[in-house]
Amino acid sequence: MHALANPTRFLRLARPVTAWLLLVGLVLSVGGIAAGLTLTPPDYLQGETVRIMYIHVPSAWLGMAGWMGIAAASLSQLVWRHPLAAVGGRAAAPAGATFAAICLITGSIWGRPTWGTWWEWDGRLTSMLVLFFLYLGYIALAAAERERGGEGRIAAIYGLVGAVNLPIIHYSVLWWRTLHQGESISLAGSTIDSSILWPLPLTMVGFTCLFGAAVLMRMRAELAEAKVEARMRRLGRA
Amino acid sequence: MNPWPFVAAAYVVAISLTAGLLLWAYASMRRAEAAAEAISRK
Repeated sequence: MHALANPTRFLRLARPVTAWLLLVGLVLSVGGIAAGLTLTPPDYLQGETVRIMYIHVPSAWLGMAGWMGIAAASLSQLVWRHPLAAVGGRAAAPAGATFAAICLITGSIWGRPTWGTWWEWDGRLTSMLVLFFLYLGYIALAAAERERGGEGRIAAIYGLVGAVNLPIIHYSVLWWRTLHQGESISLAGSTIDSSILWPLPLTMVGFTCLFGAAVLMRMRAELAEAKVEARMRRLGRA
Repeated sequence: MNPWPFVAAAYVVAISLTAGLLLWAYASMRRAEAAAEAISRK
């Protein structure tokens, strides 16, 4: 990771990677969505509404992965003082918040025909909503710190503390058995039939690539803005 | 209950928000990189 501490070296790598992530992400996401909407059979219990899974599950994963990225960046910033860590954390937050919001909204839409309700204060739903608010707090805190010329240490501490919510989200369906179903996909296998499941890896990888592209684009924007600010400061002093 | 309006609504939300995120990230990157390039040429 420290090999990428040099912004010039990072940008040399980030430019082609951004384009590739966008291309692969678009192809896999569109392919997975098309397959999920047209090529798979309806579920015997949920019927056609099971198709919401192909966007809901990747957004749930990315909502959580975004905060894992923030926590890793925060640790890297506080412990190893990696110069790009704060930039990476700030870049991951809007993408993570967007996918957490998609997860909440699509879950609510899925809940109405399946459970008969748009919302329930169930452990999984509530902890996911908390994650969305944590993102908003992180974005506001990081922006305020940056405006004051800070290094982003307070936002980094917040990013690490907020990671406590991740295992709560993951285990919520085991700790509190309420409305949300238990784990259907784990490392051990899946309880979903393969005839329905197969487009899910396409959208999972596709949306993950798009998430990565969004983060890299935000990092590039932040580095360019920092370059302009530094130049303006130098011109101001001259 | 007809399930398709729910399926369509979920996909419209997911695609719109993802496209919005990507367009915003791309536009902010292009703007910032153009400004950085312009200032380095001065």
